[in-house]
Formats: sequence, C-alpha cells, structure tokens
Amino acid sequence: MDPAPRSAFRVESLTKVYQTGETQVHALRGLTMDVEDGEMIVLLGPSGSGKSTLVNILGALDHPTSGKVFFHDQELTAFNDGALTAFRRENVGFIFQFYNLMPSLTARENVALVTEIADDPMEAEEALALVGLGDRIDHFPSQLSGGEQQRVAVARAVAKRPGVLLCDEPTGALDSATGIQVLEALETVNHELGTTTIVITHNAGIADMADRVISLADGEISHIKVNETRKPARELSW
Amino acid sequence: MLDRKLRRDLIRIWGQVIAIGFVIAAGVAVVVLSMGTLTSLRDTRDAYYERYRFADVFAYARRAPERLVAVMEDMPGVARVDTRIVEDIILEMPGMVEPARGRMISLPEGREPELNRLYVRSGRLVELGRPDEVVLNVGFAEANNLHPGDEIVANVNGRRRTLQVVGTALSPEFIYAIAPGEFIPDNRRYGVMWMGREALEAAFDLDGAFNEVTLSLTRTAIEADVIDRVDDLLEPYGGVGAYGREDQQSDAYVRSEFEQLATLTTIVPPIFLAVAAFLLNIVISRLIDTEREQIGLLKAFGYSDLAVGWHYMKFVLAIACFGVFMGWVFGAWLGRGMTGAYAEYFQFPFLLYRPDLSTFIGSGALSLAIAVAGAWFAVRRAVQIAPAIAMQPPAPPTYHKNLGNRLAVMNWLGAPSRMIVRHVVRWPVRAGLTVVGISFSGALLVSSFFFLDAIDEMLELFFFANQRQDITVVFPNPRADIIAEDLMNLPGVERAEVFRIVPVKLRHGHLEEPVGITGIDQTADLTRLLSAEGRPVELPPDGLVLTEQLATMLEVTTGDWVEMEVMEGRRPHVTAPVNAISQEWVGLSAYMDRLALSRLMGEAPAASGGYLSVDANQLQAFFDRVKEVPSVQAVTMRGAALEEFEEIMDETMVSMVMFYILFASLIAIGVVYNSARISLSERGRELASMRVLGFTKGEVAGVLLGELALMTFIALPLGCFFGFLLASYMVHQFSNELFRLPLIIYPSTYGRSIIVVSLSAVITGFLVARRVNNLDLVAVLKTRE
Repeated sequence: MDPAPRSAFRVESLTKVYQTGETQVHALRGLTMDVEDGEMIVLLGPSGSGKSTLVNILGALDHPTSGKVFFHDQELTAFNDGALTAFRRENVGFIFQFYNLMPSLTARENVALVTEIADDPMEAEEALALVGLGDRIDHFPSQLSGGEQQRVAVARAVAKRPGVLLCDEPTGALDSATGIQVLEALETVNHELGTTTIVITHNAGIADMADRVISLADGEISHIKVNETRKPARELSW
Repeated sequence: MLDRKLRRDLIRIWGQVIAIGFVIAAGVAVVVLSMGTLTSLRDTRDAYYERYRFADVFAYARRAPERLVAVMEDMPGVARVDTRIVEDIILEMPGMVEPARGRMISLPEGREPELNRLYVRSGRLVELGRPDEVVLNVGFAEANNLHPGDEIVANVNGRRRTLQVVGTALSPEFIYAIAPGEFIPDNRRYGVMWMGREALEAAFDLDGAFNEVTLSLTRTAIEADVIDRVDDLLEPYGGVGAYGREDQQSDAYVRSEFEQLATLTTIVPPIFLAVAAFLLNIVISRLIDTEREQIGLLKAFGYSDLAVGWHYMKFVLAIACFGVFMGWVFGAWLGRGMTGAYAEYFQFPFLLYRPDLSTFIGSGALSLAIAVAGAWFAVRRAVQIAPAIAMQPPAPPTYHKNLGNRLAVMNWLGAPSRMIVRHVVRWPVRAGLTVVGISFSGALLVSSFFFLDAIDEMLELFFFANQRQDITVVFPNPRADIIAEDLMNLPGVERAEVFRIVPVKLRHGHLEEPVGITGIDQTADLTRLLSAEGRPVELPPDGLVLTEQLATMLEVTTGDWVEMEVMEGRRPHVTAPVNAISQEWVGLSAYMDRLALSRLMGEAPAASGGYLSVDANQLQAFFDRVKEVPSVQAVTMRGAALEEFEEIMDETMVSMVMFYILFASLIAIGVVYNSARISLSERGRELASMRVLGFTKGEVAGVLLGELALMTFIALPLGCFFGFLLASYMVHQFSNELFRLPLIIYPSTYGRSIIVVSLSAVITGFLVARRVNNLDLVAVLKTRE
C-alpha cells in the first residue's frame, strides 16, 4: 500500500441495533475500518453478517445506533436528513440487486434523471457507452435484458462522477456471463474514473477483482485479505 | 378466515375507504335530502290544502248576484261553492314613503268560509258586526311588524279608514302573496287582509252580490267542464275567465319550487354514484394487483372462483354499505333541517316530516348496485387469475418508445416530468376517469354557483332591460281620459307612458293560455321588447308580439295567427297575427300596439295605468300627491321589492348551494385522494429509488403530485365545460311559465369553481404527499416488486 493514501471513508466503532418487535438484532457491533480513495473493496459474508447495513450507512440511507462515519473530512453521522440527501446526490452512486430503474424512462432518461441534478456529470450517452450500452439507449427497461438493465444502473450510478460507488449484490439476479459484463463495467469505472468502489456479495468468486476483500460475520470484521494483483473481471468465474 | 383478511384490508386502507364512502354518502344524502324534503313538503302542502280546503277553481266577476251560488252548487263535479268580495286597496304604512297595496278578502259573517280557510297564527278572526276589524296575512304582518291591537290606515274605495288589526293568519291561497301584475312576492308592500263580508259589501256597494267565487271539485270532476260552465254563467256579470289551481299564482310558484327540487334530485346523485363506481373500480383493481400471489395461493388451497370473487365483492359492499349508511344519516339529518327551512320559507302552519322509506331503500339499493357494477370487471379479473400465474409477480409495466413520446413537449421536459407524463399516458383509461371525476366536481360547482347568479341575473335582466319603470300606477277601471301628459304633471315624474292591459284567452289549435295583453305605445321606452339576442323588437302596428315562452306553449311562430277571446268589455272573439317573438325572463306576456288593441276591443283608446320614471329625490312629494288622487288604485315601486326578494332568495338558496359546494369538494377530495394513494402504492418503489439516488423529499413528492396536478389542470377546463352543459340542462329543466333562467355564467363562477377544486386537490395532495417521508428506502432496495 502507498504510504499515506487519503481515506475515502473512515468508520469508527459503528454499531447498529434493529428493534424488531421485542427482540433486538445487532447488525453491526463496533465495526472500525478505513476505505481508501480509488480503492475497490469486496465485502463478503453470509446473510445477516451486517454487510448491507454497513453499506446503507456509508451510503447515507440509514443512521447507525452509535459510532461515527467520516467521508473525506465530513462526519456523515452528524448530518441531518436534508444533508444526507444532498450527500447521496453529490457523492454516492448506488447499484442494487434489482436494478431499481424507472420503468417509465428509457435507458438514456434513467441516466439523465441523475445527471440533471448533478453538478458536473458526464453525458448520459457517454456513461452508457462506458458500460457498453451505446446502441440501446432509447430502450425502456422492459425492453432490456437483466444484464442490460443492470448496466444501465451502473451507467446511472457513475454518470454523475460520484466519489464512491456502492454496489449491493450487483450480480445477484444475473447469470454468470451477464454478471461478468456488469463487473467489467464496474472495473472500467474504477480504473478510468478512480471511483472508490464497494461491492457487497456473498459470491466469493468475485473477490479476486478487489484490492481488498473484507469478510464480515455477526456484525464484525472477521478477516481482511489484500490482493497483491487484481484479477480482471473477465477472468472471473463462478 | 377470509373475513378476517377483509376486515384487516379495510382497516389498512381506511383513508380510501372513507374517501369513497363519503362520495357514496354524498350521493345518497342528496337523494334522501332532496327526496325527503320534497315528499315532506308535498305531504305538508297537500295536508295544508286539504285541511284548510284550498279551492280547485277560482273565478272573478265584476258583480254577480248571490243566487248564482245555487246554480253553481248544482253543476256536475262541484263539491263546495264559496263566494266573496275581493277588492284592492291602498295602505299608508308609517315610515314608508311609498304606499303599500292591500287585497281585501271578505270573510262570511259569523262562520268560517266554506273554502280557503284561515289558520289563525295570532289574535282571532273578525267578529260579527265589527266593520273595521281586519286579519292580516302573516307575511305582511311580520314584514311590517304589525300585531293584533295595531291600527293601519287604508284608502278603501276612495275613503280613508283606520282598520283594527285583530289577528294574523295563514291561507293556502297565499303561500306566496304576489300583487296582481307582479312577479315577485313583496311582503312589505303587499298585504292580504280579511274583513267581514258586510263591511266590504257596504264599502264597495256590493250588497247581495259577490265578485269572486271559489269552488272545490269532487274526485271525478272534469275541471275544464266546470271552468266552461262557470265562465258561461258569469259572463253576463263581468266574469274574466275562471281558472284552476294550474293558474293560481301562489300554487304555481310552490309547484315551481318543488319542480326545481325534484330536478336537483335527478341531476346530482348520478354524478356522485358514477364517481364512486369509478373509485371503487380503481381501488379494487389495485388491491387485486397487489394480492395476486394471495389470490393464487387461495386458489391453490382450493378456494373456488366464487369464494374469491365473493370475498372481493364483500369488500366493495362493505365500503358501499358504509357510504349508504352515512348518506342515510346525513341525508335524513340535513333533510329535516332543509324541510324546516323550506317550511318556514313557505310559511306552512305545520310540518309533516315524513321521508319516504322507499327513498332510503331505493337510494341504498341503487348505490350498492352501482358499486358492484363499478368493481365488477376488476373482481372478474381476480376470479380469472389462474393459481400458477397468480403466484408470479405481474409483468413489469411496459412502456413503449412511441408512448407519450409523440408529444412534442416531451423534448422540453426533464426526466421527472417525463415520468409524470408517461405514467399518465400509460394508463389512459384510469387517468381519463380521474380527470373526468375531478371535472365532475368542477361541473357541480359551476352549476351551483351559476344557479345563484342566474336567479339574480334573471330578475335584473327583466327589471332593468325589459321593464324599466321605477313606478307603476294602476287605475281601477280603464280610462280613456287619462293620457301620458296627465301623469307627467305628478311631482318628480320624468317620463310617463300609459298602457292598457286586457285579459284574454289566447288560443292556437287546441292550446289555450289565459294572459293579459299589454298595449303599449309605439314611442314606449320604459317597456322594451328585446329579442333573444338582446336586439330591440319593433312593435308591429297591428299584430302581436309574444314572449318566447308563451309562443312555445302555444306552439306558434312568427306569422301564425292566434285566436283571442277577450274577457272584458264587449268580449270580442278575434284573430290576430303573431308578428314577432320577444324574450323575457319572468312571466308570460303578450304585447300589442295600444291603439290597435283598442280597435280590436271596439273601444276608444284607453289606459289601464302608467309606467313612470320618477326622480328619486321627489318620491315623497310624488306619493303624497298620488294618495290624494282617487283614480289611482295601485302603485308599485320595483327596485326596493327586487332587492328584498333577491335577499330572501339568496338566503334560502345559499344553504342549498353550500351543501353542493361541500359535496362537490368531497368528489374532488375522494378522486384525488384515491388517485394519489394508488399512485403512491404503484410507484412506491420508484419514488423510494429516487430518494436513494439523492432526490429530496420535495422533488419526489413533486413527481407524485405532479401527476395529480397535471390531471387536475386538464380537469379544470373540462369541468368548466361540463358545468356549462349542466347549467344549460338546468336552464332547460327549470324553465316554466313563471321563470326562465338566462344561461349567463359569470367568469367569477368559473373562477370560484376552479379555486374550490384546486384547493381540494392541493390539500388532499399534500396529505398524501406526507407519506413520501415514510418511504422505506432500505426495504425497497432489497425486494423485487
């Protein structure tokens, strides 16, 4: 690792307790970690290990029960709702398992939905070309395959040039060939734009493309593996 | 177990249940309210007429001997005969510049009249041998604050007399007390009073004679025959034509009011029920969409199609029953209040509030039927879902490239706006129905506000465009010796025109109408004949000008000839051409050149009275002078009467219109609320995704509300247009021989309607938009819809 890389996220003693009915679920138990700028991280772990909760808090979708999260030098955990919304708008690109595209907007328009409210976005066409979808930009989601839809979601996420890309099971609903296309797109974005990328998966096969692989269990980091060389996405298989 | 699901579903979407329930309730309430009011008022009127023996046939003669009573009693179909003396007098009311007019009606000495009996509200009837005692009608007594024990000064047949008020009474004959030749009641300036027969015989030199007879008929009588016989009998004694209740002024006004009420019952409730049916359809459709898996599961478990269908129908029926019950309660409650208000307005001596049970049953059954019909297709779809298909999520909504993109505006819109437009265009039927539903609300408002305006407008048009005199004077008998110049000599008179009114029966084919033909001079300016387009109509030298309504009733057009049976003087039967049709909003009138009318009558040109325009500052001097002129029998001043009448009308109409505004708002609220909730439920995932992408709550709510705003925006002009159609229909329905409503809709009527609809939509929209705050951002990402 470089001597003093700037950290994108600094997470200190993060806990999250869900109150469901009369039982308390400890999703995160005092988790501490750093994520460096431009780094690609894969979060591995079984269901209920707390990886989604962590990403939701990093992505300003959820509040921790205690602990602090810093993005660059801003303390996210001190933000109010409005500031969190602004943070998401300016800095975070999300990619979800089920794409969450607007069915009433074409591929181009789904990307434009975000670029219209961003400060320094790329053109929607450019973002779609980046994920290899230059020729299907005027199709509605219902006219696209799952992999294509997910690549539109990637384009939408990166088009505003976010500081960080958060991907929650991006290949979860896709077969492996299509999944690899999507991962290639993520790889391209991480390489070419230097976007800090955090990918949640319970698919260990993806881990080789990351700089670091962080394994979670029971709301704590159980293991961190540093890949000396990242494997190109197209060489992955599962 | 399904019933438990039903109950929980109802509770879960309680807001929509209540919104739809209220729309149904409004429709049912209007039926119960207006039908209940109508039947109660009709029952009350009928009981009033029966108990107080309201006559069936009325006839006036100049002077007829009392012995004719026996002849009339023997006529087939006649049950009772009551003769009396009726004379018009002038009253000097303290504190009033202008004189008031009074109608004196004789009471038999020492007994109750056979017909048209009085309900004594205060004091007593006149006593035998007390010639100066009078009983006043309640309306006049109240308007002038007169009580038993008070005195009034009257000019009775040229003699100034002080009369003792001994009582106040109500009469079925004068539910509306309207002075002869007038069109609106004016209780301050027109009073009916009853006096002993002997006193009136003496005052008007009618010993052993009568000048008016009223008759009641047996059940099997043929009214037209009786009228003919009475006419023949009275003709030698100056009879001017008997008439039935049909043409009795007060009864005609009461009937006209009832007709209006009945019309409202036919117009308004269908609108509410149609909207409710549509709301139920979209709510049930949505419910079934979200419960596809459950439906599939139920069927997989072995529930029959019928059981599943019945389950959702019960859901519909539960909402409808809730609405019907609320409607019954509100309708009955409002109906009681409304009936009371009307009863007070009509001055009925008693009130029978008896809403018909069939109204309740009928309105309930109709509402349930319409609710079931509205939800029928949605429920049938649920029934047809195959278990296997139902277990899979529905195909994602497909949008096509050409869909909505054809709209040129799309290029100018940002992505969120495109979402709005595409969503609307994607479900055109639902969007269309929503637009229509909102526009109905607007239409109802436009027609309600229009109704208030139209009544004022009608009276203003009549009194300021057609009949422009300040004051009308009437002579007891036609005078050949008085000309306009004589009237100019009265103080303050700026313009004077004499007129001649001749009572006639106009006939065309088998159609007959009793009217007064007004003879005016070619130079007349105070009475103006105007065409339907408002252009002046020239007075022909010989023929008739009929008002449009009269022409319609007689089925004549310009160029036709009509028969005229004159009911006065030498009673000639002549024919005359109809040369023109004019438009007047109030009453039925026919006009002719005054000299031509005299020629037709075979008499010298004469005047029945004069129309005057008088300097407002010299009214006192004018009236002081008129009181001393014995030849002037009646004076009416119109402006003041008009204002008072408009006030009374407004008071009674305003409460009715307020109900409609409330009900119309309910439609807007019901439609907008349901559309918004369904939109939210369908697009919750999209909207939450937008929040995740960094859109603020305001921006996301904007997408939700933008769709409603767009539909409301489209609905507003449409509502104005529907309102115009509804107003046209009302104009058509409410036109009768007494009144025609002009189809004039003020811009402010549209404006107010737009404001009420917009406000209802905005408030409702924001109530739903608050739910955007509660969107679960995390959950939406984890689930597939």
